[in-house]
Amino acid sequence: MPDLIELSAGDLHRKLVAGDVTARQIVEHFLDRIEQIDGRIGAFNTVTAEAALDKAADIDARLDKGETVGPLAGVPIALKDNLCTRGVPTTCSSKILEHFVPPYDATVVERLDLADAVLLGKTNLDEFAMGSTTESSAFAPSANPWDLSRVPGGSSGGSAAAVAADLAPLALGSDTGGSIRQPASFCGVTGLKPTYGRVSRYGLIAYASSLDQIGTFSRDPRDAALLLEVIAGHDPRDSTSAREPVPDYATELEKEVAGMKIGLPREYLAEGIALDVEAAVRAAADAYQGLGAEVVDISLPHTEYAVATYYIIGTAEASSNLARFDGIHYGRRADGKMNVDELYSRSRSEGLGDEVKRRIMLGTFALSAGYYDAYYLKALKVRRLIKKDFDDALAGVDCILAPVAPTVAYKQGEMIDDPLSLYLADIYTSATNLAGLPAIAFNAGTGEGGLPIGVQLMGRPFEESGLLRLAHAFRQATDHHLARPNLTED
Amino acid sequence: MQYETVIGLETHAQFHTRSKMFCGCKTDFGAPPNTQTCPVCQGLPGTLPVVNRYAVELGLRAALALRCHIAPVTQFDRKNYFYPDLPKNYQVSQNYHNLGVDGRLEIEVDGQAREVGIWNVHLEEDAGKLEHPEDTGANYTAIDLNRAGTPLLEIVSAPDMRSAGEANAYMNELAAILRHLDISDCKMQEGSLRFEAGISVRPVGGEKFGNRVEVKNLNSMSAVVKAIEHERERQVAVLESGGTVPSQTMLWDVQREVTEPMRSKEEAKDYRYFPEPDLVPIEISPEWLDQVREQMSELPAARRKRFIAELDLPPYDAGVIVEQKPIADYFEQTVEQGVEPKTAANWIMGEVMRVLNERLCEIDDLPVSPPMLAELIGLVTDDRISNSVGKTVFGEMCSSGKKAGEIVEEKGLAQISDSGELEAVVKQVLADNPDAVADLESGKQQAKGFLIGQIMRATRGKANPKLAGELIDRLTGD
Amino acid sequence: MTRITTDTVEQVADLSKLILSDEELAGFQEQLDKIIGYFEVLNSLDTTGVEPLAHPLDLRNVFRQDTVEDSASRKDALANAPDKTDEAYKVPVVIESS
Repeated sequence: MPDLIELSAGDLHRKLVAGDVTARQIVEHFLDRIEQIDGRIGAFNTVTAEAALDKAADIDARLDKGETVGPLAGVPIALKDNLCTRGVPTTCSSKILEHFVPPYDATVVERLDLADAVLLGKTNLDEFAMGSTTESSAFAPSANPWDLSRVPGGSSGGSAAAVAADLAPLALGSDTGGSIRQPASFCGVTGLKPTYGRVSRYGLIAYASSLDQIGTFSRDPRDAALLLEVIAGHDPRDSTSAREPVPDYATELEKEVAGMKIGLPREYLAEGIALDVEAAVRAAADAYQGLGAEVVDISLPHTEYAVATYYIIGTAEASSNLARFDGIHYGRRADGKMNVDELYSRSRSEGLGDEVKRRIMLGTFALSAGYYDAYYLKALKVRRLIKKDFDDALAGVDCILAPVAPTVAYKQGEMIDDPLSLYLADIYTSATNLAGLPAIAFNAGTGEGGLPIGVQLMGRPFEESGLLRLAHAFRQATDHHLARPNLTED
Repeated sequence: MQYETVIGLETHAQFHTRSKMFCGCKTDFGAPPNTQTCPVCQGLPGTLPVVNRYAVELGLRAALALRCHIAPVTQFDRKNYFYPDLPKNYQVSQNYHNLGVDGRLEIEVDGQAREVGIWNVHLEEDAGKLEHPEDTGANYTAIDLNRAGTPLLEIVSAPDMRSAGEANAYMNELAAILRHLDISDCKMQEGSLRFEAGISVRPVGGEKFGNRVEVKNLNSMSAVVKAIEHERERQVAVLESGGTVPSQTMLWDVQREVTEPMRSKEEAKDYRYFPEPDLVPIEISPEWLDQVREQMSELPAARRKRFIAELDLPPYDAGVIVEQKPIADYFEQTVEQGVEPKTAANWIMGEVMRVLNERLCEIDDLPVSPPMLAELIGLVTDDRISNSVGKTVFGEMCSSGKKAGEIVEEKGLAQISDSGELEAVVKQVLADNPDAVADLESGKQQAKGFLIGQIMRATRGKANPKLAGELIDRLTGD
Repeated sequence: MTRITTDTVEQVADLSKLILSDEELAGFQEQLDKIIGYFEVLNSLDTTGVEPLAHPLDLRNVFRQDTVEDSASRKDALANAPDKTDEAYKVPVVIESS
């Protein structure tokens, strides 16, 4: 049997179809690795070993009979625990949903099943995807595989850590203000946030509906292309899902990058960025020039307003989206004798964590009588200006190269008492969500403490292909991806 | 001091759609609790709404019928509040870009036409139902989500009504429109049509409105009328005694026929409306509006006018018949068979409606089609059967579904218009009633009525009364 | 500049159906004041004549047809309910009906 750790999702699938390995062997390998390693990482909330082995057996049986299997047959995948899975607990890493078992599958989960991917389990996140360290999980924080005393980033920290630690070759996350790209950067993996509307949100437990988008974690852009092609496309159950055709990303990925034009926004390389991160971005720009792409300076003049705009709109939507968690129809209900009003307040107060409460209150404030115009409506207007910045810039360049986070991964506990500083660190990622654009984050070197540094490329709506192509070309031309976290026991 | 009442009405009508506003669950009334729900209308996390296009079109019909300005782009907003019948703790409704605004509805009160302004017409989803168990010892409330997500039309009137009578006329006219355009079945007993009244009083001639009292729990039009009258009296009494009427929400107590302040905590209402981010805006093109117009049948007011002007119906009859579209349709189809309109109206307002009331059924459930009724009326007008036999035959038609001719034939109910056949009966009756004959001969005309009655009895109603009268005259040698 | 007082925080917590201890109230007051104070950076921007943008995609008129689909079974509907009868969700007595 080949060493499965070394294989990409695409290679795993090819070896399976060629008969070099069985689905059962693949799944058992990853389950064993989770068993050995995840105690230290804490990437998973739930491991669905039994269902995974059943699915593997089904795939093996179909292959034995010579039947065709899906494009992800035999490839294990981990799902962020805010994606609904029928019969499997979906907790959002919140006490209030600790025992919630959805009666339905998210559209992406249905599509993965049709593609014969094998669900390994559900991964940890900041509670309700609100945070950027995975420390606001109500259960336990996850660790960064590169340095267990560091955070994996967030909110999709569990998914990023799972891929970085080779606990799964693929994972899904969600990105509302950077929740895929920032943990991808902190964990040295590839994280793709597709265009808003590219992937159905049906079954993604909403944080902020007009910003949320499901995306992928993988070791490399090629696997991201493979996974995106399976989950992308119109879904009649999501009114905000686009009808754009889904290209053959795997083919698009191989195309030439010479002649492409890349913009470097000066506002993203101004004060506040760590030196090692800035150096990585500039080095990536040089690498692209070496590949024949043109790199030009551009301006995104409203960048400094992105964080405030994002937090007003995001928390406003969240305050309404999270109102349903009240202990009445599902979820955790406070114990004892009380009236309905107390039941709401006590169930929510006991079931929700501080960061979630903070954002619910911020959003309630922004929408409340007397403040709506000054905060919420104002933010919607600034959102238009921010989107216009991108429209203008992307009229002149194919994509934008930028840092993902101002620094490498934080120490655990470092930022826990300083919510505003954590919010401000979303400066490079949140504008993309406000504008609904696609972006891909990938490893572009290491910095302080040997920790990975990611950069991101942002593109025009529905032009994920160009981003994948550029990210792939970078990986072919550089050897940053050869650095791997060391998880052998001391 | 003289006071006038100022009334505005908020109307909620459930749309006559097959499925819910945002999901494919049925909207049938009376299904067992929690059997018409799905993850979407249960408000499960992760689910998303998708708008029922037909509900939007029905909303457009209403907005057009109420002569509203139609928004070129309309959108849904979220209304945020916590209540156990509202699974998401927000209601998807409209606030910033309503489907229709600034409309008007013409009503008629005591022969006087009046216009009531319509502030807006908008779309929303209904909430579930709270059931309080019959068992008085039960210490819980049960939630049934079958109704949650049912498409609702809300129509907000301007405070343009000045009496309970005007409010009554408004409600009836509105219901007639909604029924006519097949927007809603308007069954108040099933909750598919509901009202809330905003009521205030002020001295006649006053410019400022008094403090507004909102009355909820009005489950019939008569409850609205009674609540208005009650509130008027109550508020005037408060003002007369030098007090002020507080702005508040009251509940109508159906049993005691009084309004009661809501006992639950009156929270400072802050619904924090904002655009529903899970739905996209709806653009209403002129072409789409034209299509909707083409699907709209004639409005009740126009139909009433036509019935009066072209079919020569008395205004009262036109009002009764047009109130419900199926009945108006039935009437027109009967007239199309060649029945004289007033005669058709008499039959429909008399026998047909009597049977509908007795059987608590809809006219479409009646086995008697308009051509069948026309045949029956023809038999009566042609003197083939008497009017009273006609009524009996109609009853028989309703039970058996048979045609009038068949029944008349089978039961031998044809009128005796043959003077030879009837003469024997008349002679017998005269012989049996010498006193009445004597009275008649001495000039007492009422005795003739008595004798005709006896003849009808002897022939089980089949005698032609006119012919019977002539025979009496001849045989008594008058 | 809008100062966020403990009164404001209490009102907002009430609307959000959250109960805060005195200690939490003080903590949130300080944080929310700081964060909302930061939000005022937007006030330095002139947005006269700028149309609000609620949604990144310019989608319009997304509908479903008025067709009936299967509902969930009552068992499934009530499966996650913390308290229920055989046929309904249960809550403490709600005094007023709406």
